[in-house]
Parts: sequence; structure tokens; C-alpha cells
Amino acid sequence: MRRVSMVRSLAVISTVALVVAACGGGSGAAAQETGPVTLQVMNFANYMPDDIAERFKAATGHTIELTLTSSNEDAIAKLDGSPAGTYDIAFITNPFAEGLNKAGKLEALDHAKIPNLSNLYPEATQIATDPGNKFSVPYSWGTTGICYRSDLVKETEIDSWKDLLEPSAELSGKITMMDEARWLMIPALKVLGYSANSTDAAQLEEAAGLLIKAKKTLLGYDAETFYTKLDSGEAVAVHGWDGWCNYATDPNVKWALPSEGSDLFVDAMVIPKGSPRLDAAHAFINFILQPENGQWVAENILYKVPNKAAMDALDPALLVKYPNMAISPADLLKQESLRDLGEGQTRFTDAATKVKAAP
Amino acid sequence: MDRTEPSADGGARRGLAHWRGSRLTLAPAFVWWAVFLVTPIVLILVSSFFRRGPFGGVVYELTLANFVRAFDPLYLGVLWYSVQIAFITTVICFLIGFPAAYFIATRPNPRVRAALLVLVVLPFLTNFLIRTYAWIVLLNREGVVNQSLRGMGLIDAPLSLLYNDFAVVMGLVYGYLPLMILPLYAALERLHPEIREAALDLGARPLRILRTVTLPLVLPGIVAGCVFVFVPSLGNFPVPQLLGGGRRIMVGNLINQQFLEGRDWPFGSALALMLMSVLMILLVVQSRVLRHSREIQLDA
Repeated sequence: MRRVSMVRSLAVISTVALVVAACGGGSGAAAQETGPVTLQVMNFANYMPDDIAERFKAATGHTIELTLTSSNEDAIAKLDGSPAGTYDIAFITNPFAEGLNKAGKLEALDHAKIPNLSNLYPEATQIATDPGNKFSVPYSWGTTGICYRSDLVKETEIDSWKDLLEPSAELSGKITMMDEARWLMIPALKVLGYSANSTDAAQLEEAAGLLIKAKKTLLGYDAETFYTKLDSGEAVAVHGWDGWCNYATDPNVKWALPSEGSDLFVDAMVIPKGSPRLDAAHAFINFILQPENGQWVAENILYKVPNKAAMDALDPALLVKYPNMAISPADLLKQESLRDLGEGQTRFTDAATKVKAAP
Repeated sequence: MDRTEPSADGGARRGLAHWRGSRLTLAPAFVWWAVFLVTPIVLILVSSFFRRGPFGGVVYELTLANFVRAFDPLYLGVLWYSVQIAFITTVICFLIGFPAAYFIATRPNPRVRAALLVLVVLPFLTNFLIRTYAWIVLLNREGVVNQSLRGMGLIDAPLSLLYNDFAVVMGLVYGYLPLMILPLYAALERLHPEIREAALDLGARPLRILRTVTLPLVLPGIVAGCVFVFVPSLGNFPVPQLLGGGRRIMVGNLINQQFLEGRDWPFGSALALMLMSVLMILLVVQSRVLRHSREIQLDA
């Protein structure tokens, strides 16, 4: 008897949880709040100026409540896990924004309410995941490449992904590569001349083979602390984010964009579907596009920003000190934008798992 | 210790246990258990029978494909590697933990015992991730260990102590050793020294006492300690990532990767269920061993 009733109460609890989860995806135009509102913003930690809320309030009267996300996956989980209308703004990387939009989870942007779009480079409106900025506005952008210690790499000229995949003796065992599936596969796919967005089983298999072979000469996988390994000299050449390469303190750390080409990533602002504060959300995007905010990102995060007015305002010395800050928007656009892989994601993840699981 | 003596108010307590209201005392734990343990497991179970949507999420279309895929040699290989690492970790924890627990349990002064136990538990006061990062500082090629060894002239070239299986096992042993020592200590402390003294009086040598008296009597503690170490080791994912440099993945990393990077919740759920069933088998084995050893003790 007791057991039955226990099972029944569990069933009730689980059903309630399922129903709540299922209702989370409800859609339809939300009733709009008027007057000064509290805008729910989701962003990565330390990715906006600290005084942004104060200045935004002074300018518009709206308050900001910030939710921090640790990764794009975390952001998606938070969006999927809360009822529509919970968040008004999310900062997210472009292939993820593309996926959200394809799933119908983003609001279309009203350009009339974002006049500061004119501060962007023309290239920022041509990003493959969202040409014309229909649902996303670029906040920062960059690429990944090879970050290396020029004092410890003397004989090898670093200009190709092959320097990581088939390293010379002085590099062997002192290389790290990125472990997030989308970036893990890039060096091999590019060396083979394939798209970074390939979901072709044979191409992925071939790329995985190259990467498994390269494991023997690898120190490890690291997408987050590679620059500290360069500083300590444990690693001498790594695959890493351009902006993060600038975090290394050793003055001999240099940057190279491989000749085979690389990826383009864009961290963008989007409005999740069902936001009940659409006017304030647009006002926020417009506010962020003011040059001083982009300038703050460039000077403090050491990321390039697609905001021309902000980049023009930078001290030229910064671009000399961190050469990857000087990559032009045109050159950036020549790199391949990462795309949402749709159904192909499973094959892609499998190929990456094969690499990671290999002895 | 009064633990082994029948308690004077035993009858009264039994009466209280029959009082219906006493079940209410279980309510907070029951709610906690239902909301935070059973509900997630039911959700995992349910979603493992559905399909991943094109943009992640769950499409409610019944399928067994996730389980078929979980038995792909690729994933079984990851599970097997994880079992090996967890097994080696458990053995090493036992070899270090048993002598340590024995030493602590045989200190005659209870204050000394308490102080030593505090030292065992002390690392838990700091976050596991931070302690794991600390090992990177210690073990890297330019790290404290390599520099000291070089300073002493013991080695010429730095040793590769990080980013290999050794580092993974070491990190897991370090992290979970207290979980081995505590149940062993509890079992050893309960053991009356008179039993060992009797065996000694009857002419048994120390090793024989250990083998035929002490070990069988503390077997429940040993099994508990081994399960406590094996289970979290098998599912651990930060250690292979940080200390192993991500060069090999364990089943925890695999599940983590499916849920996050792959956004494949149904398949991640199927893998999680597979891991849980391995652990369930272990718990069944544990309870069998416990029942068996209790029968032996009752016979004796």
C-alpha cells in the first residue's frame, strides 16, 4: 500500500515537472509592459562595463537585472528551461543564435528602434548566420589561430595548422589544442580543405584520423587556460581564441592566422521570443552600440568589436601591442563563420568524441 | 562504548517508532529525495526514449536508438577506460586508506583520534575544483615538484607528471581518499581490541590476525569505502579534463559533452542510465556482501 502511494506521488511530481517544462516553450505575442521596466539581461561574466546599468538607467529610466552564463550551452539551457518572457536580452555566439532562430525562439529586430546600427562596419551586416541582422546584433567578433612563443619556437615558421598537426621536433609535446568539439575539428578540417561546418561522414572521419594521429605530439587539450601554459613554457604553440592569446603576459607570445583559413565567431545580442519588454530591449541594444561601450570591450577584453566608431576611437598603440586586434573586418569575414549544424551535429559530436576517446 | 550494549530505554524507543506521527519526521527527507533525486532520474529515463531535435532539445518521438548507439564500441570503450581508472583509484585508495584508518582507530587517546579525523576531512573545506587546480601548480613541468627535484639535483629534465593517466588517478585518489578512510575507520574503531588480543594470545602472528580476524570483521567497512570511492571516480569529469589535459575522456566527460556541446539530451540521458546501471549492480553486490558478512558475524 505504502509503496503504491509513494509511486503515485512520484508520478504526480514528475508529471508536474514535465508539464512545467513543456509549457516553458509557449509562444505568442506577449503583453507589453510600459513605463520604466526591469530588463532581464543574460550575459557572460565581466563582458560589459561595470557601470552599464547606471548609465542605461540614466539614459532611459530602465533598470537592468543581469543573469550570468558560463557558456553558450549554459545560456541555451537557461533559455530553454524558463518560460517565455523571462529574458529580454541574451548575449550568445552566432551559430547558437542561428539555431535558436531556426527553432523560432528569437524575436525579429526592429531596425527603426536601433539607429546606432549605423556605427557597425558594413561587414557586420554580412555575417553568414544572419545577413542583414534580422535577429542578432554583433557585439564582438574574432577568430581562432595559433598563439606561440616566438623565443621558444626558433626554427619553425608558424603559418599553418600543419605546425600543430604534424609538428617539428621543437614543438612536439608542447602543443595544446581546443577541446570544444566545434573548434577541436577546425585544424584538421581546414588542412584537408573542408568546411569547418562539414557534417559529411567521410570528411569528418578523415579529419578525426588526422587529429588522433596528432594526439601523440600533444601536451593536452585546453580552450581556457592555454595562455598560462604559454607563459610557463609548458606549451610553445597552441590553438586558441585571438582575444585570449592577448592575455599571455610573456612579451614573446605571438599570434598567427593559419594560411588554410580559420573560423569567424561573433558574440551577438538577441531578444528571446516572448519578451514582454521589447521597446526597452531594443533601447538596450541601441545603447550598447554607442562607441564607448565597444571601446570598453576592445580595451578590457582585448576582443575586436564590429563597431567601427569604437575601433576608430582606440589608441593605435593597442593595435601595435596586440596585432590580432588589427585584423581588418574584411580579413575577418574571409574566415568561415561557424554555422548551426542542425541534424548533422550528432555526426560532428561523434567524430570529436572519437578523437577524445582515442588512446 | 555503550553502542553494543542493549539500551535501557530500548522498549520505550520501539514504542515511539510505532507511533504513527513519527513518520512525519521523514517528510523533509522524503520531499528532498523525491524532488531532487527521483524527479531528475524519471526525467532522464523519459527523455532517453526520445529523439534529439535538429536544434537540440527533445522531440517526443519514441525510439530505442539512443540505447543502440550507447552500445557502440566507441562509447563502450570510454566506459571500459573509466572502469579501469576507477578500479585502480579504488585499489590505491584502499592500500593507502586501510593503514591510515587502522592507525587512527588504534590510537588510545580519543582526542588524538578526533584530531586525526579532522585532518582527514579538512580538504573538504575547500572546493574540489580549486584543489584540483592546485595540483596543476604542483605538477606542471615548471611546477613546484619538478623545480624542487631539479634543485636537489635528482633529475636533469623535468618529469611529465601532468596530462596523463597517472595524473588522473592521482587526482582521483587525492580527492576521494577521505571517503575510503572514514568508513574503514568507523568499522575498525568498532572492533574490540580484545578480539585481536585473544587471537594474539592464541598464538596467531600479526599478519594472520589481520587476514583471518581483522579484515573479515571490517569487510562491510571495506566494501562501503570501495563503493564510496569507485562510484564518484567513475563519474568524475573535472579531473580527466584538468589533470589529464583532456587527452582521454571518461564517461562523465562523455555525458557532460552530450548534454552541453552536443545538445543531445536524449543520448546523454541514455549514457547516464548506462552509468547508473553499472553503479546499481555495484550497490547490489555491496548489499549482498554486507548481508553475507552479517550472517557470518551472527554465526560466530
